[in-house]
Amino acid sequence: MSPTITTSSEANGNVSAATARAAASAAATFEASGPQPVTMAKALNTALADAMHADPSVLVFGEDVGLLGGVFRITDGLTKTFGEQRCFDTPLAESGIVGMAVGMAMNGMRPVVEMQFDAFAYPAFQQIVSHVAKMHNRTRGLVKLPMVIRVPYAGGIGGVEHHCDSSESYYAHTAGLKVFTPATVADAYRMLREAIDSDDPVMFMEPKKLYWSKDLVDLEDLRVQRSANAAAGTSSEGRAAVARPGTDATLIAYGPSVPTALAAAAAAAEEGRSLEVIDVRSIVPFDDETVCASVRKTGRAVVIAEAHGFASVSSEIVARVQERCFHYLAAPIRRVTGFDVPYPAPKLEHYYLPGVDRILDAVDDLQWEN
Amino acid sequence: MTISADHTAPDQAQRLPAEDAASEAVRKFGITVEDYMLPARHQIQMVDPEGRLKAEGEQGTEPGHEYPLPADEELLAAYEQLVVGRRVNDQNSALVRQGRMAVYPSSHGQEACQVAAALCLSAGDWLFPTYRDAVAVMARGVDPVETMTIFRGDWHSGYDPARHKVGIQCTPLTTQLLHGVGVAHAAKLRGEDTVVLAMCGDGATSEGDFHEALNFAAVFHLPVVFFVQNNKYAISVPLAHQSVAPSLAHKAVGYGMAGERVDGNDVVALLAVLDRAVKLAREGSGPLLVEAHTYRMQAHTNADDATRYRQDSEVAEWLAKDPISRMKTYLTGRGLLDDDGAARIAEKAEAVATQLRDGLGEDVPVDPQELFRHVFSVPTPQLKEQSAMLADELARDASSEESPK
Repeated sequence: MSPTITTSSEANGNVSAATARAAASAAATFEASGPQPVTMAKALNTALADAMHADPSVLVFGEDVGLLGGVFRITDGLTKTFGEQRCFDTPLAESGIVGMAVGMAMNGMRPVVEMQFDAFAYPAFQQIVSHVAKMHNRTRGLVKLPMVIRVPYAGGIGGVEHHCDSSESYYAHTAGLKVFTPATVADAYRMLREAIDSDDPVMFMEPKKLYWSKDLVDLEDLRVQRSANAAAGTSSEGRAAVARPGTDATLIAYGPSVPTALAAAAAAAEEGRSLEVIDVRSIVPFDDETVCASVRKTGRAVVIAEAHGFASVSSEIVARVQERCFHYLAAPIRRVTGFDVPYPAPKLEHYYLPGVDRILDAVDDLQWEN
Repeated sequence: MTISADHTAPDQAQRLPAEDAASEAVRKFGITVEDYMLPARHQIQMVDPEGRLKAEGEQGTEPGHEYPLPADEELLAAYEQLVVGRRVNDQNSALVRQGRMAVYPSSHGQEACQVAAALCLSAGDWLFPTYRDAVAVMARGVDPVETMTIFRGDWHSGYDPARHKVGIQCTPLTTQLLHGVGVAHAAKLRGEDTVVLAMCGDGATSEGDFHEALNFAAVFHLPVVFFVQNNKYAISVPLAHQSVAPSLAHKAVGYGMAGERVDGNDVVALLAVLDRAVKLAREGSGPLLVEAHTYRMQAHTNADDATRYRQDSEVAEWLAKDPISRMKTYLTGRGLLDDDGAARIAEKAEAVATQLRDGLGEDVPVDPQELFRHVFSVPTPQLKEQSAMLADELARDASSEESPK
């Protein structure tokens, strides 16, 4: 008989042993208290470990996520800690990974699957749009699919061929999927836990170029906050954040573009212009309230995204803000996005990606008086 | 020869104590792994089209591919479901012609496959059907009117999959096989003895998800029976354009699982083969592939014209192999079915047809607000906004109708 796992509180010996190991490992992780320099990769890894520790129905699988710990090491140590029943490698087939996750979610599990790279996820597109997004709707809510599809996405890492792509618009366009994308280390932890807690399927878009970015973060404090929020029934799910307050214009960005927008705002401040930066965080659902409050305050806006601009998340944001804030606007909303070209080769990437200068040029075009 | 069926194990210590399906099968049946995995040289047939029980040596069985005759009660229950299934198929086609349903992909002629797929499973098992498998869904116990909701057009599915352990009827081909694999995997991880039977057609075996589902099930050593109804056509395209494999059952060996061919119009052979497949899967032998040879007697749907791509003579040939008449002859000859019994079964079938006519004849009022209700567990602000917009639009329509200018 193979070792079994259970979702009931009456965990058998195997689970108890794994749980004890997990607790020991988690304790080791948080030995140092107070804010420490933490990478986004470590925050995501900790979120996965904590979620698996909290709920035996959380399973992690995909390509190379087992002993290797994923090509970006986001699942590092999970197989060792929780056993290969709960974190395991699958055959190399993305539709299979997502389709199997659908069945597991139908049968009491909370799968968290990894698509190795954005552009390798497309074989799973059929499963995602036809089933992941529609099962809840087709069954009038009788079947929920509490599953997370993690997608390392976007550019900035010099990836060759199909190793970089900005695929968020495909998923955002599909009704029935939530689409989250963190830009900070703390949000990476918080939002992945929220995604795993969600009873609805979540496309969790992880900016590849931010995996090794570090912030001073107290992971133990984030856990405490999460427990307090859970106890109080409050959550920041679906809310955008003001990443930097300002008064003259609003930069609206998400995922990999947030640090670029912040850098642009810092440069603008030196020139005496106060730019507010909004980190969208949750593309679906979209936080119109926070975004529009900022634009109504500043009267000017630039939307920044790495993805091609045509028929994209950035075009949706411009349309929404224009519909809701037209009479507050002093200038047409501008966009700084990737060009409408196939994702470029590494040596051409910097011409393609929105950069600080291009953002500041767009801000300059916002019809300033004098 | 050893074929490992658990490639996920990183070291020997972590391997399943039962080793692997292949060597277990070798022990169990005393044949080579190849002989276990390759289908028998002939399809399994127990009752011929004339309703005669074939002699044991002529049923297509071989060492390791032996099938006991199913019990009489199982055969009688199956016959009842066959008659009900035929009545359901023909009633539904009539309801489409009367405009009560948008479309109905009929399994007329394939009822033996439909019935056996449902009857071989226990209450805790799962069935994953395609769009043509409404009769199997009903034979599993789902309410006939709930089953037909998908084709009536008021919602994309009408029954609770979890309650009946029946996946929603799936049109994107073979995508549902992977859901079956996932359900089996979750059950296995919890130590439950659930078996999944996942259905698809012959054309569907060309799809990538067919390959991925069979491979995943084999690699994770899951209790899934893949049941292919080879009805010879994918809408208009004959099987020869889909595959040049010796048979679809032969594909099993490529995944390291056992395959078998069976006469898909012989419910006796179908039950014998599927019952054994389910039993083996439940005992831990891993997944199996069963190919049933049958025929889609009618067009793909009412929107299709089968005379454009196949000869009447071919259809007539299969008419003589009808699954219901041969079973009636067989059971009558065995003294298991008499006129009273047949009349009682016909009455049951008519009751289901009446249920369908009544249920589908009734216009179910649709609620436009339901559009927004089931997209997410909790509606997003955007959906609330759109829901209010539609409500406002409908209210204005209603008030302008009440007070025409």
